[in-house]
Amino acid sequence: MRSAFARSIIALALLAAASVATAAEYATIRGGTFTSVLPADGKAADTRVAPFRLRVVPVTNGEFLTFAETHPEWRRDRVARIFAEPRYLESWAAPDALGDAVLPQQPVTNVSWFAAEAFCESEGARLPTWYEWELAAAADATRLDARSDPAWRERILAWYARPSNEPLAPVGGEPNVYGVRDLHGLVWEWVDDFNALLVSADNREQGDPDLLRFCGAGAATLQQRENYAVLMRIAMLSSLQARDTTANLGFRCAKPLERGIER
Amino acid sequence: MKLVAGPAHAWLPLVLGIAALLCLGTSQARSAEPPTDSVYRLDIPLVDQDGQGRHLADRRGRPLVVGMFYTSCHSVCPLIVDTMLATERAISAKHAGGIDVLLVSFDAEHDDPLALKRIVNSRRLATPRWTLARTEPAGVRKLAAVLGIRYRALSDGGFNHSSALILLDAEGHIAAHTETIGTTDPAFIAAIETVLDPPK
Repeated sequence: MRSAFARSIIALALLAAASVATAAEYATIRGGTFTSVLPADGKAADTRVAPFRLRVVPVTNGEFLTFAETHPEWRRDRVARIFAEPRYLESWAAPDALGDAVLPQQPVTNVSWFAAEAFCESEGARLPTWYEWELAAAADATRLDARSDPAWRERILAWYARPSNEPLAPVGGEPNVYGVRDLHGLVWEWVDDFNALLVSADNREQGDPDLLRFCGAGAATLQQRENYAVLMRIAMLSSLQARDTTANLGFRCAKPLERGIER
Repeated sequence: MKLVAGPAHAWLPLVLGIAALLCLGTSQARSAEPPTDSVYRLDIPLVDQDGQGRHLADRRGRPLVVGMFYTSCHSVCPLIVDTMLATERAISAKHAGGIDVLLVSFDAEHDDPLALKRIVNSRRLATPRWTLARTEPAGVRKLAAVLGIRYRALSDGGFNHSSALILLDAEGHIAAHTETIGTTDPAFIAAIETVLDPPK
């Protein structure tokens, strides 16, 4: 009896230690008024982003493997087809093993939006909204908003130009001014409202939204057309369905500023 | 069918087999999960215009047309209701019982049961066949995602959204989908008639 009790105490202590050791790191993002490429009113208004916390690095294969072990309904051999297409986690050697070709510290990819949402919920978080992601990603190492710097834009476009068949680097690139890493240069990332960006495939249609399909103030109108890097990301996200997965699309999570305080 | 007479013991395994199948059938109907590609895998809580709480997956078992809207929308959302009412009239000749309709609000913040009830009353929607419902923001996003509906909250309190009606069969498979709003879509009507009266 006593030894069983002792064992369970030790097991509990180990469990607590493990959960502390693996707790994801989040950085505080001061919000504020922000000029998004997607105007808040569908025309030209700035956006107000409330302060929030953002995961410092994207979710890794190792973290997602632990999640799939504790939430077996998200294993690739058990996931409901409506939540993930057949390529879900296809790079892993097995439903419960990464194998030699996939590193625990690489960002997880081939995950659907539903799976990313479920992972974030499991750590008391959610996916960031597009505005939150765009605000955090506008920073560089020293500035909150580096977007008007042509050198900043060129660095990001240079990443887009790199071939995508090379193995992904481990997470942990250079931090931006908030301490957040890998927003550019590693993987594309899901956002909560990816299916809300409503970019018309043809710019000439803007200002003449199809009122029978779009209710409200009209389809999104893009600002800052010179900011190709961000526009490409919106175009890519808009083309996806929530069950889709790709080899270069991962995610990170966001939380409200303080535990228990919702916006 | 005329049964061929035979020794009683020869019938026993057949009778037991049928009994076993019947038991299996009922227990599966109660406990089995919806099919892997069923919308009913998404089990979000809904609250209807009468304040009644139910889950989306409770609709399993009968064909259903699902759409999304919000009550303060004055341009397209009334047209979604109009289109569904016209679709009902088109199928009524063959299917007097009609088809169940569920419209879920994008506007989790403002659309409470009272707001939903006002639309039910002003549009004279036939309950209980028609249900207007709300869910929490996370549920709105997930439902839109499984249905392939795109929407975005605007700073003025409105929403940009694509307008669609989605037909689910009894198991929650997406059987048809239309973005024809303002007039009826013959292919969508044909699909409803097929799920209500599947070919034998």
